[in-house]
Amino acid sequence: MRILMLGWELPPHNSGGLGVACYELSRALANQGMHISFVLPHAKQPDEPSHDFMDVHHASPLTSTSDLNAYTGSLDAIRAAQKHYQRYVTHFLSSEEPPQVIHAHDWLTFEAGVHAKELSGSPLIAHVHATEYDRAGGQSGNPYIHEIEQHGLLMADRIIAVSQATKNLIVEKYSIPSDKIEVVHNSVNEDDFTQDEASTKTLYTYARSLQAEGTIVVVTVGRLTIQKGLAYFLQAAAKATERYDKFLFIVAGDGEQCQELVRMSADYGIADKVLFTGFVRGRAWRELYDVADIFVMNSVSEPFGLTALEAAVQHTAISLSHQSGVSEVLKNVFKHNYWEIDRLADELIAMATSEGLRQELADGSQRDFQHVSWQRAADQCLSQYKLVGAHA
Amino acid sequence: MPITVQTGRGSRMSRSIVFYLHVHQPWRVQPNSVFDTGVKHDYFDDASANERTDNEAIFHKVAAKSYWPMTTVLEKLLGEYPHFAFSISITGTFIEQCEKWDIELLRQFQKLVATGRVEIVGETYHHSLAFFYSRFEFEKQVLMHREKIQQLFGVRPRVFRNTELSYNDELGQWADSAGYDGVLAEGWGPVLGHRSPNYVYQAAHTSRVKLLLKNYRLSDDIAFRFSNREWSEWPLKANTYVSWLEASDDDALINLFMDFETFGEHQWEDTGIFEFFADVVGSWIAAGNAFVTPSQALRLYAPRDEVSMPHTVTWADSERDLSAWLGNRMQTEAMSYLYDLEASVLRTGDEQLIADWRLLQTSDHAYYMCTKWFNDGDVHAYFSPYKSPYDAFLYYLNVIRDVRWRVSEHHKAVL
Repeated sequence: MRILMLGWELPPHNSGGLGVACYELSRALANQGMHISFVLPHAKQPDEPSHDFMDVHHASPLTSTSDLNAYTGSLDAIRAAQKHYQRYVTHFLSSEEPPQVIHAHDWLTFEAGVHAKELSGSPLIAHVHATEYDRAGGQSGNPYIHEIEQHGLLMADRIIAVSQATKNLIVEKYSIPSDKIEVVHNSVNEDDFTQDEASTKTLYTYARSLQAEGTIVVVTVGRLTIQKGLAYFLQAAAKATERYDKFLFIVAGDGEQCQELVRMSADYGIADKVLFTGFVRGRAWRELYDVADIFVMNSVSEPFGLTALEAAVQHTAISLSHQSGVSEVLKNVFKHNYWEIDRLADELIAMATSEGLRQELADGSQRDFQHVSWQRAADQCLSQYKLVGAHA
Repeated sequence: MPITVQTGRGSRMSRSIVFYLHVHQPWRVQPNSVFDTGVKHDYFDDASANERTDNEAIFHKVAAKSYWPMTTVLEKLLGEYPHFAFSISITGTFIEQCEKWDIELLRQFQKLVATGRVEIVGETYHHSLAFFYSRFEFEKQVLMHREKIQQLFGVRPRVFRNTELSYNDELGQWADSAGYDGVLAEGWGPVLGHRSPNYVYQAAHTSRVKLLLKNYRLSDDIAFRFSNREWSEWPLKANTYVSWLEASDDDALINLFMDFETFGEHQWEDTGIFEFFADVVGSWIAAGNAFVTPSQALRLYAPRDEVSMPHTVTWADSERDLSAWLGNRMQTEAMSYLYDLEASVLRTGDEQLIADWRLLQTSDHAYYMCTKWFNDGDVHAYFSPYKSPYDAFLYYLNVIRDVRWRVSEHHKAVL
C-alpha cells in the first residue's frame, strides 16, 4: 500500500511530540510493508538523517526550520510554507501514481491533505495530535486556524485522535460525529533509551551530586507555554518545599513563558531549587529521565503527552494532570486536576518521603506501558485505511 | 470414625456444617493533605466526607442491605429449627460503629447470641495484622476484644480466628498457650495435599488446639460465585447445593466460612441469596443433617490427623497469602512506620492518640494500597474507597505523620 504522509516535522528538527509520533508511526507502518512518501515543508537540512524505510520529500527551498516551528513559528511564515507545501503535493501527485491513502497530521497539513484528496480521489485520514484549543491552553485560540481544522475534519474520510479526550473535544468543539473518529494512542520506542552512552553519566552533575545527598529530583518536560500548566507546577513546588526542602526541580523545554517562569521561581523563593535546561534532545534528553526521581506532567490541556510515556519506560514515579490524554494509558500514577496546587504538593511530598511509593509507581507505570506499542498504533491505522477502502 | 449428633430426627450418624460469618467494618481514613498534618487529628470522621469514605453512610448502607436482613433471616431460622446453629466473629471496630450509629443492630446480634446457638469466635479487636508485627500489641487487642465481647454478650470466645483467617504454626502455638480449644483456618489444597478439609485436625506443635478448615469450594460457591451469570451452575438452587454438600463422606464436617456481608452486600437481595440460604438450611436439616458451632464440632469430632502450616495461609485470593495486605513496598513501609510508633505512642498514655493509632492498624488500610488488581487497566477489580492504591497510601502517610507530630507534641508538653 502506498501512503502519502503529510507531516510538518521529523526528529531531530522537531518542536515536540508531533515529529516523534509521525516518525515512529511511519516506521511502524513501513515495518508492515507500507510504502511511505513523507512530505516535509522545509528544505533538506545539513544534519538531516536519511531514512531507509520511507521516501522523504522536501516541499520548499526554505532552509530555516525554526520559522516553521509547529508551535512557535509566526503564522505568516507558516502560511507561506503551507502554500509551498500544497504546490509540492500537487506536483507530487501529477508525477506519481495516486496513493491508496493520504494521511495528514494536524492543521498544518490539512489543507494540503484536502487538496490532495480532491486531485487524486484517494481517501483522506486526518490525524489530530493537538487542536488549536489545546495549543491555546484552555483559551479559544486563533479562529483562522479553527476554520482550517474544521474544514480538514469535515473533508476527511476518517479521523484519528491521539486520545479519547481529544476525540471528545473534536466531537464537542468541531461538531464531528463520534463514529467518524478512532482513538489511536501514541507509544514510545524503547530502543531510544537503550543506547550505550559513551561516557559515564555526567550531564547533570549538579543534580546528581544533590541526589547523592538525598535530594529528590523532580522533572517536567515540555514547551514552556501556558498549555503545560507550569505556573501551577511552580506554585506546587514552592508549597511542597515549605514542608520538605530536599527537592530539586528541573524544568526542561523552551518557550514564550520562559522568562515569566524564571521570575516566578524567584518570586516564590525557590529559584535555587529550579533548573531551567532549555530544549533537550539526544543524550541530555535520555539522561533527564534517568536522573528524575519523579516526573510531573501538569498540563492544562494535553492531547496525549508523550514525555510521560517516556518517563514510564524509564521507570519513574509519575504524577499527571487529569487533563493529559496519556492518563488514559497510564493508570499507576498520581492524578490531579492541573489547578490543584495543594494536591500536587501533597503528591510530591509523599513521593519524596517514601521510597516504597516511588518504586511501586515506577513499576506500575512501566507495566502500563506494556499495553501500548507503535506496532499496535500502526495496526490501528491500517484498519482505518481499510475502512476507507484502501487495500494493500 | 463415625459419630453421632443430635438432630431433629433423633440420634444418628450425620454430616454437620459449621457455618461461620465474619462481621467487620473498618474506620476508613478520610482524604487529607500534607497541609493537615499537625492541624487536623480527626482522621476517620469528617462532615465533608465524600461518599466513598463516609464511614457512617457506608455503615447505614451495609446495615440496610446486609446486617438487618441477614440477622432477621438468621433469627427466623433459629426460631424455626431448634437444631440450627452457627457462629460469628464480630470486630471491635464494627461494634464501635454499631454503638455510635445503630444500637438496635447491636441488640439484634445480642438476641441471636442469647439463643445459645450462636457462638462468638475470638479475634483482634481491630481486625489487625498485629500478630505479624508485635506480639505484645496483638495480645492486647485480643484481650480488648475478649473484654468487649464478655461485656456485651456475656460469653468468652473458646475458638480463635486471626485477621483474614491468617494462620501459621506459630499462631497455633500461641492459641494453645492462650488456652483456646481451636482455630479457624483455610483448608488450602497445597497444605492439605490429599486430605479433606471436612475433618477436624490437630494443630502442629500444640497439645490442645484443633483446626477447623474452611471448605473453600463450597464456601466460595456462595460467597463469590452465587450471582455470577458466567458460572456454569448459575442460577444455583438450594437442592443442587445441598446435593453437593451431601456428596461428602457420611461423617463429614463441612466448614462454610464467609463474610457476613456476602448476604445482601456482595450478593444482592435480588439475586435471591436470602431465600437460597433459608432453603439450604431447611433442606439440610430435613435430610437429617446437622449444624454445629465450632466448639460443638471440636467436642464431637476427634482430630483425624495433624496439620502444619509453617508459612502463613489466609483465605484471600488465589495466592491464599498476605500479599493483598503486605505484598508491595508501600504496604510494608506503611505498616513498619505504624508499628515503629508502638512504644512512643503507648508511652504518651494519651487515650485518644492510642485509640487512633490502633484504628490505623485495621488491615483494610493496607488492603486499599494493594496494586495487584490495579494492573491491566482493570480498575473495577480494585475494591477500595480511594481512586488508586497510591492515593490510599498518600492519605495514610499523612496521617502517620500527624500521629508522629502528636507524639512529639506530647513529649514536648511533658518536658
